[in-house]
Amino acid sequence: MNFDFSDDQKLLQKTARDYLAEHSPLTVCREVLETDQPYAVELWKGAAEMGWQGAVIPEEFGGAGFGHLELAMIAEEVGRALAPIPFSSSVYFATEAILKAGSDAQKKKYLPALASGEAIGTFALAEKPGQSDVENVEARVSGGKLCGTKVPVPDGDVATFAVVAAQGDGGLSLYLVDLDTEGVSRESITSFDPSRSMARVEFSDASAELLGKPGEGAALVSHVLDRAAVLMAFEQLGAAQACFDDTIAFTQGRYAFGRPVASFQAIKHRLADMWCELELARSNAYYGAWALSNEEDELTVAACIARIQASEAFDDLAVEMVQMHGGVGYTWEYDCHLFYRRAKLLAAVLGTPAVWKHKLIDRIADAGED
Amino acid sequence: MDFNDTPEEATFRAEARAWLDANAELRRPDDRPADVLSERTSPEIIAASQAWQKKKADGGWACLTWPTEYGGRAATSIQNVIWGQEEARYRTPPNIFGIGTGMCGPTILTHGNDDQKAKWIPKLLSGEEIWCQLFSEPSAGSDLAGLRSTAVRDGDDWVVNGQKIWTTGAQFCDWGILVVRSDANVAKHSGLTYFVVDMHSPGVEIRPITQINRGQGFNEVFFTDVRIPDAHRISEVGNGWAVAITTLMNERASIGGGGGGSVNDLIRLAKSVEIDGRPAIEDSAVRQQIARFYTRIKGVKMTGNRTLSALSQGKTPGPEASLGKLVGAKVAQEMASFAIELQGAAGALDRDAAAQGGDWQGRYLAIPGLRIAGGTDEILRNIISERVLGLPPESRADKGIAFKDIPTGPPS
Ligand SMILES: Cc1cc2nc3c(=O)[nH]c(=O)nc-3n(C[C@H](O)[C@H](O)[C@H](O)COP(=O)(O)OP(=O)(O)OC[C@H]3O[C@@H](n4cnc5c(N)ncnc54)[C@H](O)[C@@H]3O)c2cc1C
Repeated sequence: MNFDFSDDQKLLQKTARDYLAEHSPLTVCREVLETDQPYAVELWKGAAEMGWQGAVIPEEFGGAGFGHLELAMIAEEVGRALAPIPFSSSVYFATEAILKAGSDAQKKKYLPALASGEAIGTFALAEKPGQSDVENVEARVSGGKLCGTKVPVPDGDVATFAVVAAQGDGGLSLYLVDLDTEGVSRESITSFDPSRSMARVEFSDASAELLGKPGEGAALVSHVLDRAAVLMAFEQLGAAQACFDDTIAFTQGRYAFGRPVASFQAIKHRLADMWCELELARSNAYYGAWALSNEEDELTVAACIARIQASEAFDDLAVEMVQMHGGVGYTWEYDCHLFYRRAKLLAAVLGTPAVWKHKLIDRIADAGED
Repeated sequence: MDFNDTPEEATFRAEARAWLDANAELRRPDDRPADVLSERTSPEIIAASQAWQKKKADGGWACLTWPTEYGGRAATSIQNVIWGQEEARYRTPPNIFGIGTGMCGPTILTHGNDDQKAKWIPKLLSGEEIWCQLFSEPSAGSDLAGLRSTAVRDGDDWVVNGQKIWTTGAQFCDWGILVVRSDANVAKHSGLTYFVVDMHSPGVEIRPITQINRGQGFNEVFFTDVRIPDAHRISEVGNGWAVAITTLMNERASIGGGGGGSVNDLIRLAKSVEIDGRPAIEDSAVRQQIARFYTRIKGVKMTGNRTLSALSQGKTPGPEASLGKLVGAKVAQEMASFAIELQGAAGALDRDAAAQGGDWQGRYLAIPGLRIAGGTDEILRNIISERVLGLPPESRADKGIAFKDIPTGPPS
């Protein structure tokens, strides 16, 4: 039994943590939140120099050629820093989709640019409020031209290309669409967490190139979501851990009734429960990482439980963080709301826990697995 | 990262499996689950449990981590876990030795002298003698150090008076570990002494207590002028608390959160009952709940795997291990509650009259005990917050006061 990351992987994580502590303190997140910048451009370039965007891209395509365990470690640190960069869109979604389904030519075209950070990819699935699902995709491609509207598209305002789910001749398929071409108009729309940007993207006869086989869209979407869910679980885990550490430190330093707030049992017991939620999230995320890096059949089940627990734990911890800070927790000046917003945003963008619970039951109801 | 055995672990597992194959039958899928439902007090079950323990001891597979001179095999913790995983795959009688092998034995091995080890350990290990834990009292459970039973020195003996309660298995045990107050004039933790008591001694009276599920797993035990030889004292006079802590640490390591029924059984139930004319498993609310249970149960299991990895690397698990019981018992209770409600009006039935033989009703009645025994949920939260998270200790009203002066109720 060796259900842990290796020393080398932990070292990589430490390097990422140190780098982000220096280059992405929460003031960087706040700056993006408070200004019109869609993301922290310098940080994005720095991350690329560290090789993070290309972590799982093979060396022949300009990447670092690491595995998903290494990427998971980086994702945890990106989450811990609430790094305001389009990392998830470009790395967990676009890169994974191309690695899985791209032709050699597509890999040559996109992967080196993704690895260097020059290209930013995103994934465009949702079209309207409600649970976005391959069932309600109306965007359509005919004769290589895409029409339709995708909203919200995470980082759609800054991405250079998108992997778009649309109906095609053979049914639902995935397409690669460059976003700086004719027929694409996009606008930033207000994000619940303005440190991460959102866009509405309209396509009217935009050139679209098939990714994977025609009609393979539903399976590919599911596949990409499973992989992204595991990586996102690490991002959520890192953020939840930061949120928890801050809450512990605050409640120990804040005194009321002549004693630390952290000495009241009502607070201690909730902190103990929060720790349990966090540990469960960590354990399930590790399981997801194991399944992802070994391409296990269990990947979907592992992705579901990693995603569900990470989303619920981060949400729970962020809510308690605000509460346990008292009045200052409700101010713009304190950082609690950065976590509070990020938790909701991350729980929403990749299918809410309810969606993943359905997927989980679909998988286990007939498997007879325990 | 992998779930595989190291080559040495694999060899050990194969060896364990070979012995089990030769000495037991594999469990079958339709066997009743070996969980909180198993009965442990009838003479037949006790005899079967003893026979299996004896067989394991003869084969060198009992109390694996204990020294070889007392019948163990000086195995590592991870080997012990592997053995447990393998044994669980076979049809074996319910285990009545958990307290003896999980708590009493390790305490004597840590604090006992050589004569004491030689006298008690081999027969404890072989199952010939059964042990119980006489810690809790009517006025001392979570606050164990508040116990009031007394021991007074008289020549080569001690004379014990008082009452213990919730003593699991006392009605069929031969020996018990006992903590009593030997000095009420010092602070409460300082006045305790730890003994081993012969449960067949004159003056020991045992009365079974009926649980909410009508089982009689635990008892009241009354001590009236019971004489215990000084040779049966473990460690120094007044050092009982330190010894008791060893017992409690071992207790926490040995009680898991398991035993609350499987998601698989719940899914079978949800397929067999209907909501709005369709199998309940198709109902959205049902699916959401089952997925939540599954996520948490897997989370506990994966957390266990992280602990095992630490064991495998030779580390000792700490107070983090409290998570398994705290989260596991609660999920088990919620799951049983949910399964009963899934049965609709028929959820009001029990035993053979109910779905799946009434197993869920049975669990619902058994599980509250899991959340209380071996440290209540609240005590576990105290442990996690103080020992894992480093938060300030509870403020206490009994600190630095002689035991006899500590308030025991509202001022009159
Ligand atoms: C099935 C079963 C088997 C058992 N077997 C044995 C056995 O073999 N040997 C033995 O010695 N004992 C045994 N026990 C006893 C068990 O250890 C105690 O019941 C347990 O420690 C709780 O003590 P109590 O019953 O006195 O409850 P109390 O300590 O009076 O607790 C009452 C309530 O107050 C809460 N509480 C107490 N202190 C605090 C605090 N500091 N902060 C917050 N909340 C608090 C508790 O969590 C609980 O909810 C068994 C119990 C059960 C249920």
